[in-house]
Amino acid sequence: MNDFVQINDVNRLFGPNLSTGEKIAAKLGGKVETRSVRAVSDVTLSVRRGETLGLVGESGCGKSTLGRLIAGILSPTSGTVSIGGASVMQNGTKVTTRVQTVFQDPFASLDPRMKVGDTVSEGPIAHGLTTKSNARTYVAEWFERVGLDPVWVDRYPHQFSGGQRQRIAIARALAMQPDVLICDEPVASLDVSIQAQIINLFLELTRDLGLTTVFISHDLSVVQHVSDRVAVMYLGRIVELGPVAEVFGNPAHPYTAALFGSVPKLVLDADELVRFDTIEGEVPSPLSPPSGCYYHPRCPLATAECRANQPVTQPVSDLRAVACHNSEQQLAKASAI
Amino acid sequence: MTDPVLSVQNLRTHFFTRAGVVKAVDDVSFDLAPGEIMGLVGESGSGKTVTGFSLLGLVDEPGRIVEGSIRLQGTELTTLSDAELRKRRGREISMIFQDPIATLNPMLTIGQQMRLAIDAHERLSKRAAEARSAQLLEQVGIPSASARLRAYPHEFSGGMRQRVAIAIALLHRPAVIVADEPTTALDVSIQAQILFQMRDLAAETGTALIWISHDLAVVSSLASKLAVMYAGRIVEQGPTATLLRDPRHPYTAGLIASLPAMTAPGTPLTQIPGTTPSLLSLPPGCPFAPRCEFATKACMAEPEMQTAGGRGWRCFHPVGHTAEALT
Repeated sequence: MNDFVQINDVNRLFGPNLSTGEKIAAKLGGKVETRSVRAVSDVTLSVRRGETLGLVGESGCGKSTLGRLIAGILSPTSGTVSIGGASVMQNGTKVTTRVQTVFQDPFASLDPRMKVGDTVSEGPIAHGLTTKSNARTYVAEWFERVGLDPVWVDRYPHQFSGGQRQRIAIARALAMQPDVLICDEPVASLDVSIQAQIINLFLELTRDLGLTTVFISHDLSVVQHVSDRVAVMYLGRIVELGPVAEVFGNPAHPYTAALFGSVPKLVLDADELVRFDTIEGEVPSPLSPPSGCYYHPRCPLATAECRANQPVTQPVSDLRAVACHNSEQQLAKASAI
Repeated sequence: MTDPVLSVQNLRTHFFTRAGVVKAVDDVSFDLAPGEIMGLVGESGSGKTVTGFSLLGLVDEPGRIVEGSIRLQGTELTTLSDAELRKRRGREISMIFQDPIATLNPMLTIGQQMRLAIDAHERLSKRAAEARSAQLLEQVGIPSASARLRAYPHEFSGGMRQRVAIAIALLHRPAVIVADEPTTALDVSIQAQILFQMRDLAAETGTALIWISHDLAVVSSLASKLAVMYAGRIVEQGPTATLLRDPRHPYTAGLIASLPAMTAPGTPLTQIPGTTPSLLSLPPGCPFAPRCEFATKACMAEPEMQTAGGRGWRCFHPVGHTAEALT
């Protein structure tokens, strides 16, 4: 199988934008914040053609930043992102339309003063996928595809419900005929009954159009449902990667185990109706991450080794990889239960 | 059976807007026993938050409680004056809101804010107030509590801020706390910590809790009973396990079935068709009928709450049963 989307040793730092005065003050020992946040740290990852890769982690773990790096919205501080062998960015500018994004909040991602039909056709016209005179038919086709009535093209975003707006956002992304779709928390702001509708639409479209997808979400049950493989992030690093059933079913990283365990799950046929455990502590500040393995202050398996050395990502099996000094112990623990 | 600490009967809270009357809460009734945790589940616009606000007398113009009774420890709240309500708010009943960034004052230290909440109802020396505040912060799991009293809200993480809000709500050991989606803005690992803590706190303090959420699994982890709201009404209520394993209302059944965990990965989820109706133009009869697969002509009339075996449902066609067999 070929690796269609390639992310090679990508780093992204966010530093303070210091004025000249502040730089001088910092040099002289003044109280100026000069540290940078390494939002994405040494990430190497590939997504196969037609695959859905889930990206999970708590807020601030860098999953959205990684999504934006793949989508070409942000440029990496170092490293490269390529799709089908061609680089997504050149000299800090996105040079491809092969990757498109659906964002979390369809209230913020649609221009309130633009007719939704124009929002959907703007990109395709600019890139010659349709002409101005054909735009209406072109948009109507995509509207139908995402389950919207084509007569609504002349309406404005405020005339739609949250679920309908997310359908418009999906139509806008797909009208660019991308190969790769980045979905950044696409159902997080929707009601439960609407969530199911959008997830079903997403499953149908990715299959029918053969899309390669990166699906970012903090909701593990949604990721578990739609993804083939999943990458778990913690403080900018990918700590575990593998097929979704294996990673969640038998985690090799203690963080994956704890994260998955902390989600309340309904088990209707068991005595205990809801199951969940808790992780100790909180995510440390990314401005001053701990030494060694970033997870060691919260980890029940942590040893002196974990406090001293950052673990290297190693294969667990053909399809799985983990960055943990004690993954064997974790795997044994999980299979013992 | 002990007397309920809170008893709500036929509560109706309506908003008189220019566009028409929005019946945000329409005929809601429930009882809450001391120390009991009730989950109030529903989608946005179902009236769960307005129900919570009504209990504390926080409904603002153009809304008001038009009918019904709210009895807190035997006192009728709906006829009290603002001043009398104020005496009870925070002391007998308090609320935790979704967004702890918006509910804490950024200009005051945590200690000052807790002091204000104490002063509203009691006269305590500075030292005693600090001791009580520190003790509560410790109880909700904030490390080095007495030092943290001098910290400002921005110095806390989201999870810690919500713990502060919980500590403030607990200051006067109220009989009832209304918690409105208190963990929705938090990460799952922090949510789990707070859920465990709330379960222990409610047991320890004997405070009854109304936990408002859209997440069935989250409320079910805490609540011994559930009330499911749709379009301003409670459409089904009863013990958590009974309700989840054997839902009667098609909406409850639909909510449970649409959870991703209920379907094999990669296959289409069971979905409830359509969208929630606007409260300004509700369909006649049962408001869920247009989205309901069991709807018949009978549903053109509004179903009353049917009760049997400690549970209730508002439906002519309870899932898996004929209506006659159940009553």
